Amino acid sequence: MKRAARFIIFYAALFGLWTLLAKLKIWPPYLFPSPWGVGEALYAGFQDHSYLIAIRVSMERVLIGYGISVVLGMILGLGVASNKFLEETMGGLLVSLQSLPSICWWPLALLWFGLSQNAILFVVIMGSLLSVTLAMEDGRKQMPKIFGQAGRNLGAKGFKLFWYVLLPASLPFIVSGLKQGWAFAWRSLITAEMLYLSLGLGQVLMMGRDLNDMSAVLAVMVLIIAIGYLVDGIVFKSMERSLQHRWGLTTAS
Amino acid sequence: MSTHAHKLPSQVPVPAGIAVRRNRASLFSLDRHAPVIAPAIPKVGLDEICLSYRTEKGERLLALDRISLEVKAGEFVCIVGPSGCGKSTLLHLIAGLHSQTSGQILVDGKPVQGPGTDRLLIFQEHGLFPWLTVGQNVEFGMKMKGVPKPVRREATRYYLQLVHLAKFENSYIHQLSGGMRQRVAIARALATEPDVLLMDEPFAALDAQTRDLLHDELERIWNETGRTIIFVTHNVREAIRLGDRVVLLTFRPGRVKSEFQIDLPRPRHLEDPSVAAVAGDILNELREEINRSIEAEYQDGVRPHIDLEPEKTDRGQVAGGFGL
Repeated sequence: MKRAARFIIFYAALFGLWTLLAKLKIWPPYLFPSPWGVGEALYAGFQDHSYLIAIRVSMERVLIGYGISVVLGMILGLGVASNKFLEETMGGLLVSLQSLPSICWWPLALLWFGLSQNAILFVVIMGSLLSVTLAMEDGRKQMPKIFGQAGRNLGAKGFKLFWYVLLPASLPFIVSGLKQGWAFAWRSLITAEMLYLSLGLGQVLMMGRDLNDMSAVLAVMVLIIAIGYLVDGIVFKSMERSLQHRWGLTTAS
Repeated sequence: MSTHAHKLPSQVPVPAGIAVRRNRASLFSLDRHAPVIAPAIPKVGLDEICLSYRTEKGERLLALDRISLEVKAGEFVCIVGPSGCGKSTLLHLIAGLHSQTSGQILVDGKPVQGPGTDRLLIFQEHGLFPWLTVGQNVEFGMKMKGVPKPVRREATRYYLQLVHLAKFENSYIHQLSGGMRQRVAIARALATEPDVLLMDEPFAALDAQTRDLLHDELERIWNETGRTIIFVTHNVREAIRLGDRVVLLTFRPGRVKSEFQIDLPRPRHLEDPSVAAVAGDILNELREEINRSIEAEYQDGVRPHIDLEPEKTDRGQVAGGFGL
């Protein structure tokens, strides 16, 4: 109850301040839109289906890109964690690569894949792959060794050992990395979409800029935040809750 | 498979609910009417096992030195020794989780190559999977073997009844007490129908009452299923309480110091004067080794870090790993 009250008060204040600044007309409305202007833009965007199409296209891209990252990242991370040579060589490279913003791959992606969906996917993968890889490597190392031994002892080996033992055993240790990977994937996608006209939320946002329609820009920004928040709140929160229920512990996050 | 001829102590009272299932148990390995022939090949044979490892400083240390041991089918053998004598490591070798530097481990006359579900290790810290329910844990080995689901379900129920945990099939591991977890671990191991159970100080972390109960249960299960059991402990009385034979290992490098045949009638109890008397004899021999282990610990300050391939820096590998 108290929490809900604080929540409402905070957002009411934020909203009030915004309205006040817009009402004062310090800046012209096309530079500083009012909250209802953004609301109208949102309504109009959903009304003519352009937002729905953009959300669908963007979600599809991010799901494919993130999915590939998760699979590749787990394999890479597991390899790095279980091989001393890879750990010493690739481990350091992976950490240093993480300081590179994923959009730096954009020129290369353009050269390799042309102006296409694949170029965008490449940037999304490069954005989230490292988080997943490093998380998996760390998870494999933190995971108590006894699980792997018990699994092998009970006859699990190869892929079965990975799928039924190593993966579920390391899940509590990698869930925060998976979450971070998702956030990076989502950000990389929007950035890439802004650079290349290709439907998607990023493009709708740039269209707002081209038309000098700041209400539309803010409306799309609200959408991007909302989707990121929803995925985090629904997918990852339920994953954490299920882990807590089974393991009986609070996961590191 | 060799004939499982072994004695069946009949004094042990078997709970009524379980007695019905005796026939079932005989399906896999117990045949009470088989003629008693000494099997030509031991169930488990260790032939001059040596294991050396590299310490952090790069020195090579001998952990196990020419260990030879024969375990008959259906026999209950306890291995005792001070912490650091390599007794747990020896079980890991038999389980096939690591390989020895030299020597041979034979099961039914065939050399061990990697892990196999004919011999299952029960860890001191149970090693149950927290992401699975109790039932799914017990099922796990059968699932890996590709046993069809209906058969798995039935066997799971049977083994959970065997350890009196049928009601907890859908619980998660963290909801169980320490003793219950160890019973699940036993059920999980038995469910894959191994011939040999390798138990690595399974009751060391439990309170005395729970441990007493589990001794009774283990003895009963051993009677009912006719498994061969190799049980590692640092507790001499526990070894005498349970074992047909007690094997004493020396401290670093681990060697077989002596063997004791335990012919006391079953069921035995930890507090029995006869158990205490035998324990006294064994402890006299063990004391020397314990002193050596304590001296070594004070000298080194820290125990050497053991580097075993392929699983590295494993706490469980620091042979024994548990105070006396």
